Amino acid sequence: MAKGVKPRVKVPKKAAAGDTITIKTLISHKMESGQRKDDDGNAIPRSIINRFTCDFNGENVIDVTLEPAISTNPYLEFEALVPEAGEFKFTWYDDDGSIYEESKKIAIG
Amino acid sequence: MELTRRNAILMGAGALLVAGLPIRVSAAAGDDAIAAFTGGAEVGTGDIKLTAPEIAENGNTVPIEVSSDTAVEILVLAMGNPTPGVAKFKFGKLAASRAASTRIRLAGTQDVVAIAKLEDGSFVKASSAVKVTIGGCGG
Repeated sequence: MAKGVKPRVKVPKKAAAGDTITIKTLISHKMESGQRKDDDGNAIPRSIINRFTCDFNGENVIDVTLEPAISTNPYLEFEALVPEAGEFKFTWYDDDGSIYEESKKIAIG
Repeated sequence: MELTRRNAILMGAGALLVAGLPIRVSAAAGDDAIAAFTGGAEVGTGDIKLTAPEIAENGNTVPIEVSSDTAVEILVLAMGNPTPGVAKFKFGKLAASRAASTRIRLAGTQDVVAIAKLEDGSFVKASSAVKVTIGGCGG
């Protein structure tokens, strides 16, 4: 597991049924591209988050494939429909096999 | 080798060829990535919007935004990067809009390309030239 990985997600606490909400996600990760060299001139191996998914009550919202050209601390912003109260589940997949998860509940009101 | 005018011209041409090579290789990789995504289908223009800054002072984080009303998938490519792929967005049933924004790395001044696969199976493309002051791929 890469060090210091911390997912952060911004989801409104409440929404009206059928509403569109904006979700912002950020995960601290160095996203080593595999192109950089260390002081001795050796290439630093690639280590990135290669996939991100967001689901709401088991239904997919967005599925993103990330490549090394995504900046350090990958940030993603997108919009989702909220048909009912429930839980958003966010999953990040690391190159080294680690999976980082975060979930946020949303109420109708 | 004696440095005659003819030899000097030959050497100059050779140097140019070598210098131009990495750029061409990378561009070909970008075209390959497009072909792999579209399956060789024709790419038109239309319902896709790519928002990127005209000038990016720092190539390490360049904010971009893609949107398209009828896309099911959007592929983003940086044609001048050592590896052209940037991201692929697949929109699910609960995606309210077919739009997303993120931050990307750019190795240098280049074109950023977004290709969307629409609901009817056709492909559309948008591109935006970004000037980069400091490259983002670390030598």
